[in-house]
Amino acid sequence: MLADKDRIFTNLYGIGDKSLAGARSRGAWDNTKALLALGRDKIIQEMKDSGLRGRGGAGFSTGLKWSFMPKTPDPARPSYLVINADESEPGTCKDREIMRNDPQTLIEGALIASFAMGAHASYIYVRGEFIAERIALQKAIDEAYEARLIGKDNIHGYPFDLYVHHGAGAYICGEETALIESLEGKKGMPRLKPPFPANVGLYGCPTTVNNVESIAVAPTILRRGASWFAGIGKPNNTGTKLFSISGHVNKPCNVEEAMSIPFRELIDRHCGGVRGGSDNLLAVIPGGSSVRLVPADQIIDCPMDFDSLVKLGSGLGTAAVIVMDKSTDIIRAIARISYFYKHESCGQCTPCREGTGWMWRVVTRMAEGRAHKREIDMLFDVSKQIEGHTICALGDAAAWPIQGLINHFRGEIEKRIDRYAANPHPDPVRVAAE
Amino acid sequence: MTRILVDGVEVDVPAEYTLLQACEEAGAEVPRFCFHERLSIAGNCRMCLVEVKGGPPKPQASCAIAVKDLRPGPDGAPPEVFTKSPMVKKAREGVMEFLLVNHPLDCPICDQGGECDLQDQALAFGGDSSRYAENKRAVEDKYIGPLVKTAMTRCIHCTRCVRFTAEIAGTSDMGAIGRGEDMEITTYLQTAMTSELQGNVTDLCPVGALLPKPQNFRARPWEYQKTETIDVQDALGSAIRVDARGREVIRILPRLNEAVNEEWISDKTRQVVDGLKAQRLDRPYIRENGRLRPASWQEALGTVAAKTKATKAEKIGALVGDLAALEEIFALKLLVEGRGSANLDARQDGSKLDPRFGRASYLFNASIAGIDEADSLLIVGSNPRKEAPVLNARIRKRWLKGDFLISAIGEQADLTYDYDYLGAGPDALARFIESAPTASAKRIVLIGQGALTRPDGRAILALAAQAARKHGGLSEGWNGFSVLHTAAARVGALDLGFTPGQGGLDAADIAKAGVLDLVFNLGADEIAIEPGAFVVYIGTHGDKGAHRADVILPGAAYTEKFGLYVNTEGRVQEALRATFPPGDAREDWAILRALSGALGAPLPFDSQKQLRAKLGEAHPHLLRLDQIGSASAADLEAVALQPATAWKDDFAPAITDFYLTNPIARASATMAECSALALDRLKQAAE
Repeated sequence: MLADKDRIFTNLYGIGDKSLAGARSRGAWDNTKALLALGRDKIIQEMKDSGLRGRGGAGFSTGLKWSFMPKTPDPARPSYLVINADESEPGTCKDREIMRNDPQTLIEGALIASFAMGAHASYIYVRGEFIAERIALQKAIDEAYEARLIGKDNIHGYPFDLYVHHGAGAYICGEETALIESLEGKKGMPRLKPPFPANVGLYGCPTTVNNVESIAVAPTILRRGASWFAGIGKPNNTGTKLFSISGHVNKPCNVEEAMSIPFRELIDRHCGGVRGGSDNLLAVIPGGSSVRLVPADQIIDCPMDFDSLVKLGSGLGTAAVIVMDKSTDIIRAIARISYFYKHESCGQCTPCREGTGWMWRVVTRMAEGRAHKREIDMLFDVSKQIEGHTICALGDAAAWPIQGLINHFRGEIEKRIDRYAANPHPDPVRVAAE
Repeated sequence: MTRILVDGVEVDVPAEYTLLQACEEAGAEVPRFCFHERLSIAGNCRMCLVEVKGGPPKPQASCAIAVKDLRPGPDGAPPEVFTKSPMVKKAREGVMEFLLVNHPLDCPICDQGGECDLQDQALAFGGDSSRYAENKRAVEDKYIGPLVKTAMTRCIHCTRCVRFTAEIAGTSDMGAIGRGEDMEITTYLQTAMTSELQGNVTDLCPVGALLPKPQNFRARPWEYQKTETIDVQDALGSAIRVDARGREVIRILPRLNEAVNEEWISDKTRQVVDGLKAQRLDRPYIRENGRLRPASWQEALGTVAAKTKATKAEKIGALVGDLAALEEIFALKLLVEGRGSANLDARQDGSKLDPRFGRASYLFNASIAGIDEADSLLIVGSNPRKEAPVLNARIRKRWLKGDFLISAIGEQADLTYDYDYLGAGPDALARFIESAPTASAKRIVLIGQGALTRPDGRAILALAAQAARKHGGLSEGWNGFSVLHTAAARVGALDLGFTPGQGGLDAADIAKAGVLDLVFNLGADEIAIEPGAFVVYIGTHGDKGAHRADVILPGAAYTEKFGLYVNTEGRVQEALRATFPPGDAREDWAILRALSGALGAPLPFDSQKQLRAKLGEAHPHLLRLDQIGSASAADLEAVALQPATAWKDDFAPAITDFYLTNPIARASATMAECSALALDRLKQAAE
């Protein structure tokens, strides 16, 4: 279990003072100038050494990502840091808490990360539905400007501007290139890669897009040293992580824990256990709705980290743990997720545009049992035809839940089909609610 | 150049090539829907997936990856791409299946059937059956103008049309609304598109979602007799293909000609087809007691011959219109000069261009393709968007590349690109000559007919030559002095010297009341011939010229005869016959030959071949097809030294209504509808 002294987000629950003064009393902005004095290369090296992997879901090394930015500034093509606060993945609600309750960690991180990348301007792209969060964040930024912590002429001697941009509530705008498009005022549709944003990003300039949590942990990592952060968790899966636990647990919560904490410990210690005891556990979606679900027996003692979950055919994603007990209609649950991806597909490329709707319709019928058993294999094949054939990862995200369902609960689907076949009825298929 | 292996075949391609282009180079066919050579890369159809060795374990969109993005194999082996591997085959079948799940199975009633990319590629790269058992999507059709019919259920969202309007046409008429499977292509408020090039979206559309509305359900692609010819609706001579079924021209499509129109044509070029059938003169007429009555050829020619014989040479005049081919202009010139008259003019709009100043003084010397290499442009008294929309798209293409300063003098119109507006009249041109806004080594000075048809046109021509000479328009290896014509026949007529001879009258004088007794009018419909003279009209349509005529001799339109045309840059091109002239109408040169026979002084040719031989004797360059004959830049020096006292008046537009510039277009109901819409827009804008 993570010791209190090792927590980065010390006001995650908003119990303490949310203002700048409160954040400073908890250690934020403590001699930030000295951190900047480390210099760009040292900061990036520290970040690499800390083993921090991007907290937005893909788990790419944050330090490495920063190092892709051009070293020598080109006045015609300034560098930008864009912070992805478009937290729309179903189940995920960690960045929201940071912006609400501990925004100064993010603002300080933005300054440091921008310095490390040679960016003098940074944009925070806030999800459309996050009204209160945007207001809280803007208030915090205004306070930081007022205290001259950031701004053109700040006390740290590095000119830096931070802007909040409010999205319109599209899930796809959390994809980094779609986010950039949206930020430029265009329709949120992912771009083709290459070129990658580090070469051609916002307004055609070098850009790095980072998750809120990845940026917000940076100041503490630098302050306490890479070895401290790397000492938590397992090799290659280091540090602390915000887990958002929802679903059939007694006390759903957001909690900062050490990486690689076993699932059982995470649930029992922070959430009061699975509803009805751990024997009542059916399956877990460990990383937000887009990863494959994991059945109870495989997840129960699994360390919650990137590599262990990949071994189970799933992923840590954003560490949004969705717990489902045996009362769950797992097929309907996946059908609802499938509807979400169908609804949020941007419509740009063919497999996702046409395939998400197809999958949703088939799996919705399956939830009723109104299908043929041969369609299970067909559905799996369709999901495979979407996966990896699209411009962005939304195609993959839509395919994985279906694949997880078929991999682990094929028998359940077949049972449902048999039950319906025994008593066919003409009632219309219920459509998952909006 | 970079080496790359495609299916084991090694090719050497430029590094900036896309994988798709490299595969084509290696002879591997890669299916595609969204990719188009002249549009930006969207990468959204996912049909062109290929396998890249050593890359990620998933297929890559070959249109979106450049050859230079590939990493070479170990020990410097060239990167390797597979287009026929099992992974690629499976991926293509998958994408094709997705494209078809919501595509209606209405090929039998779809006009695109037979020339549909989706049909062809589904056959070549798709699976054998569909596994989709759900309901298909239906999408409401949209109104996007009189030229394009929509069947949006068929749309596969390749966004070629969106990219065309945004990039080539520069009007951003179309876009996509909605997301995911609810995405719909539309003009948003379902207004008509505003571009003069909008018809091209029907060619770009790989399926039957956007179809040419006037050709709705008219014919199947395999029923057409296809004739590759050129267009005469403007002075560019765009390469077109005329598709006829039986005796009727059904549609006109663009052909590829990098030097002229790339692969676009204007809406007038494309949809003037119904004008070829309406208002046609299909038999000779003679005016009796103020009314035209049908007559036989013999009678009509006899009447003309009698009148000609009875008229003194200096009382005879001849006018040539905008659509005449070299053959008939040449024949008319021989005929009228043979009678001893010098009253010839092909410049019915009063243009002051004159072959006496040398060929360079009336050509688009920079050449159309030359726009690509120019570094700045001065537009004088022209609205290229209306006068030559395809040329305007070329200017826009150059402008998009950057480092291309455009200045304009004259009408301040929306040209689909930004320009510095210098003023409305010759004053601004004089100021430009004093001090150009930028230095330039390869400037194009584009002079429109709006600047040249004024009484002081010759002075403007001199000013323009001065501007070109002084500010980078004329140098070793570069002649940027470029006259943009509006009439397809004009350059040819000037090349033939169809202008007033010694002591001859010009068009305005020929048309004046009481000046002449007999006027031969070869399709000049944009000039009003005042009462008095006996007018012999040789033309195709019952338009202004026919109304004024005393004898009508029905001729052939540009799709109905073999004829040579010279475009605005001086390029000689041949129009071919796609169908025959209607009724008793004949090819114009043959009419003039017959008339000369009736006069007892036959012209020295009995066939078109002999005519061309004579033409070649007199003007050898006019038989060199697809070549631009020489034009000496030195002539422009002389032009620049001409007196250049211009008036103060603003330049007036040469074309007020793009859709109704000639008798064929005025006979077309489609063009009339487009014209009315454009007029509406103008009125709305004025409000």
